[in-house]
Amino acid sequence: MRIFDTKTQYLQYRAMMEVSKAAWKGTLQEEVLDIPRRIVPGNVPTMRCCVYKERAVLAERVKLAMGGDKSNPNVIEVIKIACDECPISGYEVTDSCRGCLAHRCMEVCKKDAITLDSKQRAHIDKTKCIDCGLCAKVCPYSAIRNHTRPCENACSVIKAIGMDEDMAADIDNDKCIACGACMYQCPFGAIMSKSFLLDAIDIIKGSENNSKYRVYAIVAPAIASQFKYAKLGQVISGIKALGFHTVVEAALGADMVAASEAKELIEKGILTSSCCPAFVDYVHKSFPKLVDYISHNLSPMATIAKYIKENDPGAKTIFIGPCNAKKAEFQKPEVAPYVDCVVTFVELQALLDSKDLDITTMEEDVLDNASYFGRIFARSGGLSDAIVQGVKEIGDPDFVAKPVTCDGIAECRKALLMLARNKLNGNFIEGMACEGGCVNGAGILTRGDKNRIDLDKHSKTSQEKTITESVSQLP
Amino acid sequence: MKLVVCVGSSCHLKGSRQVVERLRELIEKNKLEDSIEFSGIFCLNHCEEEGISVKLDDKYFSLSPKDVDSFFQNEIMPGK
Repeated sequence: MRIFDTKTQYLQYRAMMEVSKAAWKGTLQEEVLDIPRRIVPGNVPTMRCCVYKERAVLAERVKLAMGGDKSNPNVIEVIKIACDECPISGYEVTDSCRGCLAHRCMEVCKKDAITLDSKQRAHIDKTKCIDCGLCAKVCPYSAIRNHTRPCENACSVIKAIGMDEDMAADIDNDKCIACGACMYQCPFGAIMSKSFLLDAIDIIKGSENNSKYRVYAIVAPAIASQFKYAKLGQVISGIKALGFHTVVEAALGADMVAASEAKELIEKGILTSSCCPAFVDYVHKSFPKLVDYISHNLSPMATIAKYIKENDPGAKTIFIGPCNAKKAEFQKPEVAPYVDCVVTFVELQALLDSKDLDITTMEEDVLDNASYFGRIFARSGGLSDAIVQGVKEIGDPDFVAKPVTCDGIAECRKALLMLARNKLNGNFIEGMACEGGCVNGAGILTRGDKNRIDLDKHSKTSQEKTITESVSQLP
Repeated sequence: MKLVVCVGSSCHLKGSRQVVERLRELIEKNKLEDSIEFSGIFCLNHCEEEGISVKLDDKYFSLSPKDVDSFFQNEIMPGK
């Protein structure tokens, strides 16, 4: 039994699992056209108008599982034929209107956009309406609805989603930060991200059991809140059974970043984090004048990958995490030399199932490289706590770290606006695009408040108690 | 000389940090920074051994934190 965040994610998982299965065997070219029918056999449609449409959409999912449209630089793509072209008519009066006497909607409308028909029912004149929503707020029957698209709602701060000339959702790559919020929200699964599974499988196969080169799995700390049907130690065994030489905590990279960032903060006086690639991209695209405030540190993923490659030349590194934006980050020229591939937790599940690996039957292996502070980077507020700790450990008596924790892109925007006006109430911005932090990233299997709790519980079990000691473990 | 200490999870839990810190101290004390290439690797595949895996050029050792000083004396000092 697999628990997925949404059914749409399950469908993408099925496509990824089938593609991976064939890739391991080397039979992908022969099998690829049969995969949609394997997932939707028979003649009765359960999701769309007919099984042929269902298979056509699945064929697009298979394409994404194989790497997607190479001419589109964005890792997030809209599957146009899967888009339901949801209505975008804004505020409208529904049939729930009872033609009351009070007409609070009319009273509150500043544009006189509401008129009544012969049955006293309200109608909104869309040429006058400014979509302020006050009428909807005051209607005692909640009879006025706002028709907006879930994808556009998900991207309400950045507004990177619009429409093409066929009314299908369309992503503006100049604004999109690849956070994946739209992917999670679309009820038709019409927005998905490219998978680099084939690259991961090639890297593992090419290592010939880690004899030609060693393949390292770098796992994000958010893993502690996922794969809840098994123990963390069993997930580690599963990853090794896939063919990885060993598993390393990205959180150790986070310890290294926390130490370095604390020093940088004291030197520069004011700083923003650089570990969330969507946040970094947001600053570059929407607040270019503030780019110099971003920390010069690589992200934890890239930092530990760099250490691994410097000490094991020829090694290959694959990051496994909750994050969609990391798929964009690893392609950047400053990160690409260190990180060879990125897969999400959902994709890891697809890989395990593609090799029929049941981790619940495996022995528990160990995963212990980082400190509590490195691990809590995965939740909102964690990096802030780590920076305060990092500054404390440096022991500068004159400097106090005052972090501003931005939980989600809306709060990031507020803080960046304040910073632009030199009115930031603090000296460090922890910018996280996903609400709740990385534990709620777009690539996770199960969402919920328990993720934060599970992460904190796991973080406290770490052997290293300070950032300095954790970093000191590396020659 | 090439000195590699395993810093993988299994060795870390056995005390690889203490081994690394003591080796770092001894290397600095004896001013051997230029003659020893000191690096860390995640997993040398000797997890079942009792101690922390350490590789000096082509030889493998299994050290506990209290063995580091004698290891340094017997294996590294003669070669410098």
